[in-house]
Parts: sequence; C-alpha cells; structure tokens
Amino acid sequence: MIRKVWILLALILVKASGQIAVKADLMFPMTGDLKPVKNAVILCGTDGKIEAVGTKIVIPQGYQVISAKVVTPGLIDAHSTVGLSGILNSPKHDQEQLEKSEPIQPELRALDAYNGRDPLVDWVRNLGVTTVQTGHAPGNLISGQFMVVKTNIQSITSVEDTLKLVSGVAATLGAEALGKGVGTRSKAVALLRGELLRAQAKVLKIALAKEDSEQKMPELSLKEQVLVDVLTKKVPLVINAQRHQDIAAALRLREEFGFDLVLDGAAEAYLLLDELKKAGVAIIVHPTMARPYGDLENMTFTLAAKLYAHGIPFAFQSGYEKYVPKTRVVHFEAALASAYGLPQEVALAACTLFPAQILGLDGRIGSLQAGKDADLVLFDGDPLETLTHTTHVIIDGALVSTTPK
Amino acid sequence: MRKLILLALTPLAMISLLYSLGGEVSPRDGAQTLKAYTNATIYPVTSAVIENGTLLVRGEQILAVGTGIEIPEGAEVIDCGGKTIIPGLICTHSHIGQVAGADSSSPIQPEIRVLDSIDVRDSSIDKARAGGITTVNLMAGSGHLLSGQTIYLKLRKGQRIEDLAIQLPDGSFAGGVKMANGTNSIRESGPFPGTRAKSAALVRQKFLDAQAYLKKRSQHLNGEQKDQPFERDLALETIADLLEGKRKVHHHTHRHDDILTVLRLKKEFGFEVVLHHVSEAWKVADEIAEAKVACSLIFLDSPGGKLEARDLEWRNGAELEKRGVLTALHTDDPINDSRWFLRNAAIGVRAGMSRQKALEALTIAGAQILDLEDSTGSLESGKKADFVILSGDPFSIYTRILETHVEGKKVFDLQNEQDRLFAQGGYGAGHRRQATGCCFYR
Repeated sequence: MIRKVWILLALILVKASGQIAVKADLMFPMTGDLKPVKNAVILCGTDGKIEAVGTKIVIPQGYQVISAKVVTPGLIDAHSTVGLSGILNSPKHDQEQLEKSEPIQPELRALDAYNGRDPLVDWVRNLGVTTVQTGHAPGNLISGQFMVVKTNIQSITSVEDTLKLVSGVAATLGAEALGKGVGTRSKAVALLRGELLRAQAKVLKIALAKEDSEQKMPELSLKEQVLVDVLTKKVPLVINAQRHQDIAAALRLREEFGFDLVLDGAAEAYLLLDELKKAGVAIIVHPTMARPYGDLENMTFTLAAKLYAHGIPFAFQSGYEKYVPKTRVVHFEAALASAYGLPQEVALAACTLFPAQILGLDGRIGSLQAGKDADLVLFDGDPLETLTHTTHVIIDGALVSTTPK
Repeated sequence: MRKLILLALTPLAMISLLYSLGGEVSPRDGAQTLKAYTNATIYPVTSAVIENGTLLVRGEQILAVGTGIEIPEGAEVIDCGGKTIIPGLICTHSHIGQVAGADSSSPIQPEIRVLDSIDVRDSSIDKARAGGITTVNLMAGSGHLLSGQTIYLKLRKGQRIEDLAIQLPDGSFAGGVKMANGTNSIRESGPFPGTRAKSAALVRQKFLDAQAYLKKRSQHLNGEQKDQPFERDLALETIADLLEGKRKVHHHTHRHDDILTVLRLKKEFGFEVVLHHVSEAWKVADEIAEAKVACSLIFLDSPGGKLEARDLEWRNGAELEKRGVLTALHTDDPINDSRWFLRNAAIGVRAGMSRQKALEALTIAGAQILDLEDSTGSLESGKKADFVILSGDPFSIYTRILETHVEGKKVFDLQNEQDRLFAQGGYGAGHRRQATGCCFYR
C-alpha cells in the first residue's frame, strides 16, 4: 500500500515537471525545403503542443532538458494494421484485420477492433512511430475502414482518442481480393461498380430530398452510409492495387464515380507515372522490403524515388504482414528507399510531413512548428541508418519511451 | 568437428568434371588469369581490416591479400578506390530456388533430398547473388520434424543443380539434414504429432531405429554374407549418417524449452547440430554455450507472427557473442530477402554485437557451420576467390553491392542491366511462381 502511494507520488512529480525542452544537434522540422537545421531547441508546452522551435531559444527554468544528435517529428505510418493484427497471429484471438464472409464490407469500423495494448503497438511506438493510420487489411474488395490514432492511446473510449475516426475505406483490386464469389478481376470490378452505383442512386435521392421537402429522405444501411460518404468525398477510398492493370482499374473507377482516391501499394506504378501525375492521386507505397511475389513480383526498391522525381505525392507504410515480421517499421522502409535514390530528407518527409498531408492532418502533426502537436523522436544518429538507435519518443509533450531501441 | 576436404579442382580436373556432367557450360577458361583488385578497404574477416589494400586473384583462388603486394606482369588491374571488399556472404538457411522437401504423408522423411527439387534458374537465386551471397544452405521448410536432406551450394552461374553443388571426395554433394520442433511441425491429425512430447518421442524412436540399422549394417559388412548386397533403407541410412557424423542437423527451434529439447536429443544420440532461428536464445544462452553447439540467427523487424517468436530479441547475437558461441546469420529467404542480408547483420550490431563478430556471422562462421571454412568464408591466400565489392561500409544502409564473385568469376555486376533488374526490382524481375519454403503460405 505504502509502495503504491510512493509510485503515485512519483508519477505526479514527473507529471508536474513534465515540460520538456529538446536540444537537437540536427533537427528536421519538415518545413519549407525539408532541409535540417543545426543546433535547434524545441520547447514542449503543458498543453501537449509545441511552444517554440528555433535556433535562438533560451530554455526557461524548470524544463527537463533532453539532448539528441537528431530530432524529427513523430513518425507517421500512412498504412498499418497494428492494433488489429496482433503479435501472436492467432485467429479468433488477435487477428481482426480481415473478415472474409462477404467481399464488400465498408461498414466495418477500425475502432471496434483496435487493441492499443498489443505489444506491436508498443514496438513501433518505441522505435518512433507516434501516429498510425490503421485498420482493415488488403484482401477483400472492400475490407473495412481505417482510422488515425496516436500510439500512446491504449483504449479508445471516445472519438477524441482518435485523430480521425474514419480516415479511409480500404478496397483491394488484384489477386489478393479474389476468392469466394469473386473469381476474376473483371468480376471484382463489376461487383464494386454495382455497389457504388447503388450508393450513387442514394446520393441522388438524398440531394432530391434536401431540395424538395415532398421527397422522402432515403433509408440507408450502414454499408450505404459509408459508401455515400465515399461518393460525397467525406472519406477517401484507399484502393490497394499492385499491378498496372489494377492501378488502371482504380483510376477508371475514380473517373466513373468521382470519389477521392488514394492508391495503396502500387508496385507497378512506375509504368503509369504520367497517368498518375495527371490524375493527381497520392500513393501510399508498399513497404520497400515487401516480398516480391504474386502481384508484387515486379516491384522495385526505386519506386519512391521515381514517384518523387515525377512530382507524385506519396508516403511510406508498414503495410500488412500475414506472417513474420508481423509488423514492419515505417522508417526502416523509408531508409531502404533512400538507399535506392530517394534523398534522405525526402525519405524522412515521407514518414512525417507527407503522410500528414495525405491524411489531411498536416495542420496538427508531421512537422515541428509552434502550435502543432509536440510529437518528437530523438535519435543518436542518422534516423535512416540501421545502426542508429531511437533514444526517446515524445507524444503530446510527454515522454513515452526512454529506452534506446 | 568433422572436416570436409573439398575436391581440389585443378583446371584439368575441372574441365573433365564439367564435361563428365555432360555440361552445356563451357569449360572455365583462363583458370590462370590474374586479377588485382587494388586500393580497396578490405575486410579479410580472419585478420584486421586493410586500408588501400590489394586482393590478388589467380583463376579461382586468392593468391594474396594485403598492402604492398607486387602485381605480377600481365595481371588485370581493377581499381577499387573508395570501395570495400568483403568475403562472399554465406547464408546458412535459405529457401531460394523453389526448394521443396517432404510432403504431407509423414512427419519424418529423411530419404527426401532437396536437390531433386531445386530450380537453379529461378530469379530468387539471381537475387541472392545480387545480395552478395556466394554460398547457401538450401533447406526444406519447418513443417516437419525432419523434412529432408539439405544441400550446400556455391552460387556459380549454372544451368543445373550439379553446376552449383559442392562435391565431396566420395562424389556425394555436401549438405545436412533439416529438422524442426515447436509449433510448425505440430498438426491437427496423425501421423503428425499433436504435442511437443509426441514430437520428441517420434524423433527418438527414429534415432533408435537408426542405431539398430547401423548395428545390422556393420554386422552385415563384417559377417559371412558380406558379399551379398545389404538391403538399404534410404531413411534410416540418412539418420545413420547423422549418428556417424557424416552429416549434421540444421534444427529449426524457437522457444527456450524447444531449444533445450534439441540439446537433450543431441546428448542422447550424439549427433552434431546447429540451432537455427533460436528466437529465445537470450533465455538459455548459458545452456547453449555449455552444449558447445553453433547457432544460426535471424533478426526480424518485429517480434511475433506466431507465439513461439513472440520473445525474439535483437540482442540474441550479443548474448551469444558474450558466451563465445559460434554464431552465423541466415536470411530464411523469403522471410528476409537475400538482398538485405548485410542489413540483418547491422541489426545485430545495433543491439550490441561487435562489428567484427557480425561480419564473421555473415562469412567465416557460416563457413565453419557448413564445414567449408578451408575453402571460403574469409579472404586468405589459398581460399576460393569468393568476394563482394561494396560501395562503402558493410553496415551502412546507403551501401550498395556492386559486384559478387564466386570462385574468381563475376556472377553479379550492378552495371549490367539484367543484373541490376535483379538487384533492385522492376518489370520482369519476378517470375510466375509462388514463394515456397517455410510455413509461409500454409
């Protein structure tokens, strides 16, 4: 009992003196030209926001000062399944990322399955990942929804625990989505089009009912509600497509139905650079270390560099793994892309600023500016080098990891 | 430890060997060609790093390594200024080449040879060359207690398994035997075991049968009927090879209790064993050291994926190093792609391994585990010219593999368009087949 009181007291003291000042030999603020700044200081405010950032800041009394060789914004994983696909890979126990009873299930919410206490959430957080877009995995025509959540959230008890409750709807085109009732690629697209056409009819009825009080507001199933949100651009459709013909099919669907499209995976996107540039589509590229089999057989480690050179917006992801490693780590994937032609600061931006932009959260996370969330990662060297350790992780101005990893 | 004396292939013997194999491969010409790789940072691995060093190669062999080496007249000089040369990498556990082993008919199938399944033209083998791998132990998966005989290959350019295999003096091909315990070999229904105790009992019975077989064979060979042919049993004969130390066991094992089970069986039957994966090595590192067995490790980007890999830690390498355990690394390709093998060693260094031991784990330690240390695994005069030219530090993520050489022949060159396709991927880098091996798509 006495021990418990002491622990409680200690926790309160830590909390009270919680304001942190970070001194960085090199800081990547991820603003402007993305270039790093030498000898910078970041002050974290009591409200969990960044109080000040700069090279001429005098650290006020009472701050806990932590020094690091390199500091970046908290890393953002643009597409993960952590919290749904748990560490044990045990069906019915911790595998909640894919439900195959029907091919189209946009009504499946990420938060109803999310376990923020799964050890893999701790694993990626301790390595520097502070925000994930996580949810349903590729493998169904529409497998469910994504949400955006910070990795310090252990249980979701209110909408405020997420950055976005519904950040996207996960679709898949290609071999992974084939299965019962979906025998070929053509059938897959026909099924999707049919579902979207029915939702489009509802969108029209809703518009008519709004204009004309004589018209009855249509009743919507859960599934239709989500697809209506997609067709009215409240939520993007994130289509996982690896082969060029599947990427082309995704572009066709967008042309036909006019939703916001984010491409996921996109292994053969290098064959359609001009088309993708023209379409203005952002790409969440497959992990650089994804296995080159099946639809990914023609993947290249140079994809990110090619997208960057072509001015196509992109971000990195850890993706979904069926076996081992059960999760990948987003900046490890960025590192290898950097080894294959992507400039270092761009590789880092593609797991900080760029995903924040694609997720529509760059006003809050992804860069180090006063007023933004105080999410920081401290490294003892180049964040992209395998030999470098993550020494500290800060989320909302609070230290969440101090064990070098 | 049993030493394999490799066939010393004189140029003439090599030519005749290739012809005797009915080779479409032309005889290796210019076996006496001299090549000097100069101005490189050279890691011989078995001796200190050399700055501005020269690697002198004649034909298939290393003639000299060091500084101030006189370059013979007529030698081709290849300036490697700013580049790094390391020994060819040795992967002690891989599933490239569409390798397959035992089928689902029974949990113990020692008669199975993986050499009968390998497609040496598979792009995964080209990719391994692009990853700097020159020697590899190809094995079947871990879904069986014993899934067959493994084969050690040199990644020479060749069209048939015989072109890549390592021939032993008795004409057989070098290899071990793959075994596994833990969850992968446990299945719902027989004849596969349903528990760990059953797994161990099945293995023990098979080894006892082999002991009896050995006795019977020796009685036959010494008996009056010795001129009559002995009735061979392909399965028991392979286990007998293990009992006699002619082959060693490559044992998949993850959990601390499974690791100890392997050590217990080794003690009972006296076979040589290398522990593979050894996810929970850090929990039983003292016991591993005491048993004087070697380990072949893998580092994954996250733990888990199955219960028995939940406690996998990157510090396994450092913990075994502290206790002097002979430790190599493996890709387990397709678990880790062969092209990221150097990166795997860097993870070991990140978690406390010394750079030296991590380099050894990629090279000489693997050679020792495969009993090939007399011919490969380090850059030393007299060894085969198996080496890799890098653009920089072996442990930097930015370093690229520029060339891979096997026995003096360049088998990968980043400057070559086709080779580059295998090195970094792109349209045509794949093939129309599924990944095989381990429990990956089960």
